[in-house]
Amino acid sequence: MAQEQRQSQQQQGASREQTAQEALQAEKSTSAQQQAQLNEVDDLLDEIDGVLETNAEEFVRGFVQKGGQ
Amino acid sequence: MSVNRVMGLETEYGVLAPGAPRANSTVLSARIVNAYADVVRAGGGQLAGTPWDYSDESPLLDARGWRVRRSEADPTQLTDAPRELTAEEIALIDAVPQNALYDDEAPAARPSSRAVDHLGDALYREEPESANDAGGRLEGEHVVMNMVLGNGARLYVDHAHPEYSSPEVTNPLDAVLWDQAGDRVALAAMEQIAAEHGDEVLLYKNNTDNKGVSYGAHENYLMPRAVAFDAISAGLLPFFATRQIICGAGRVGLGIAGTETGFQISQRADFFEAEVGLETTIRRPLVNTRDEPHAEWGKYRRLHVIAGDANLGQVSTYLRVGTTALVLSLIESGRAPAVALADPVAAVARISHDPGLRTVVELADGRRLTALEIQEIYLDAATAWCAETGSATADPQTADVLKRWRATLDGLRRDVSSMASTVDWVAKHHLMNQYRDRHGLAWDDPRIAAMDLQWADLRPEKGLFRRLEARGRVERLVTEERIARAVVVPPEDTRAYVRGRALERYRRHVVGANWDSVVFAVPGRRGVKRIPLLEPGAGTRRDIGALFDAQLDVAEFVDQLAASVDTSA
Repeated sequence: MAQEQRQSQQQQGASREQTAQEALQAEKSTSAQQQAQLNEVDDLLDEIDGVLETNAEEFVRGFVQKGGQ
Repeated sequence: MSVNRVMGLETEYGVLAPGAPRANSTVLSARIVNAYADVVRAGGGQLAGTPWDYSDESPLLDARGWRVRRSEADPTQLTDAPRELTAEEIALIDAVPQNALYDDEAPAARPSSRAVDHLGDALYREEPESANDAGGRLEGEHVVMNMVLGNGARLYVDHAHPEYSSPEVTNPLDAVLWDQAGDRVALAAMEQIAAEHGDEVLLYKNNTDNKGVSYGAHENYLMPRAVAFDAISAGLLPFFATRQIICGAGRVGLGIAGTETGFQISQRADFFEAEVGLETTIRRPLVNTRDEPHAEWGKYRRLHVIAGDANLGQVSTYLRVGTTALVLSLIESGRAPAVALADPVAAVARISHDPGLRTVVELADGRRLTALEIQEIYLDAATAWCAETGSATADPQTADVLKRWRATLDGLRRDVSSMASTVDWVAKHHLMNQYRDRHGLAWDDPRIAAMDLQWADLRPEKGLFRRLEARGRVERLVTEERIARAVVVPPEDTRAYVRGRALERYRRHVVGANWDSVVFAVPGRRGVKRIPLLEPGAGTRRDIGALFDAQLDVAEFVDQLAASVDTSA
């Protein structure tokens, strides 16, 4: 009985450890995910820097439309 | 009660020639239409330029039961007469080397004859001197101002913008598909000009130049004539004031000329001055009363909606059309919620000016609600009525629109930026905020203003929305392959089918077309034969598909089509 209890405690301990490890893993992968997202945003903003009209002020001034419906 | 009904979308594109800042915008628009005619000809497909038949247009008829006198109308309201170009304008599009004319810096490069110099002057004039100069109407010349496309759409010069009017469809997803097809038509025209003439005429799917001018993206919905127009406007005003939060296109700058700093939800919000009215270019009303059903007058009205933004996003287009169709069904069954606003015109702008969605507007009964709350009231009414009528389970698209509408409102309530992959204004706002953070820019920085315009550039390599789409950051509902098909093929379940297919198969004999008729000239017969299509749901593949399969000559085809239309009417 005592042995069983000890075993069960050990198992619980093991499972607690496992949970902690999983949490750590999860945290790592979340931060990896976040990092990937940040990289993606950086990459996107780099791209926008690249395609945005070089003379923004002139482009905006020149965009003149006539009225429509 | 469902999202299904006959509907169609119109887009007036912004048009810009970066190399010719003072270019006449009507000429630029005509170049776009003619370039697309070239694309069609080059594809060996249907020839271009079937004359638009204006006989069913009645832009001065008001749904409230009267007609505006022609002499009292604004000239821009007279859309029932073809826009005529001057001889000068025609020559500009057609005869003169474009590069020479557009070269502002090097007048010496222009052809030197006096006549051509004169044409050059015309290009740089803002207004043609008179629309009635010698030269006459375009339809008689080889410059095309109006095309009916093989997919059943109309591409034409509307005032100073190229406009694509989609074919009639029967549901929101098809509305998205043939609206997207219009953007590919516009892109093909731009590419044609670049390839053929080496210059750029760029098109933008937006609604304002941020300098005081607006142009539209309209929706059309078929409704039974029996519904009282007062009930329509009462049911729609609070909905139109608030639906921008789920489908606005976003705009930098506040006020019609964008002079105040900030970001707002809608492109169009600051341009409305009236609740209800006939005009579309001046004193713009939230609910437009143009009574031009393009269908059997005694039976139908066509609700012409001008209170919306042009959407690049497929989901935003889908929700704009799907939720509006549901609200129209509520109105038709007398189930529209009672949420009349104290001042709908002011509410549109106030709601648009708060991307945080906390603004409260006053109702006529004294309640004070946010746009989210008003939208939820409409959604709850639609959900309840769909459940009662069984359509939420019977029709998958109706169920999908309800589900997405709910998810969008819930998402916006929880965290606005969580909707960046589906709601156009949120996608734009989110991207701009990231860009502002990176470079430390204020809302009035020219780079942010440039982003706002370039967002709507239709070129896949330049348009910022297109770049997000290429990265999979916005959700798509229809694939590029399906869109490419919709560029050339009409919907099968409306009269657009007979219009588009007849143009494809009997092109040389189709001498005119409009929304509710196709006119044929049959060899050996006197006069022309007009086939009326006053029932938008007839002339479908199911009705007449067999006629196209039967390899008939044009006389047989016209006779059998006439007989079949008579039976279905």
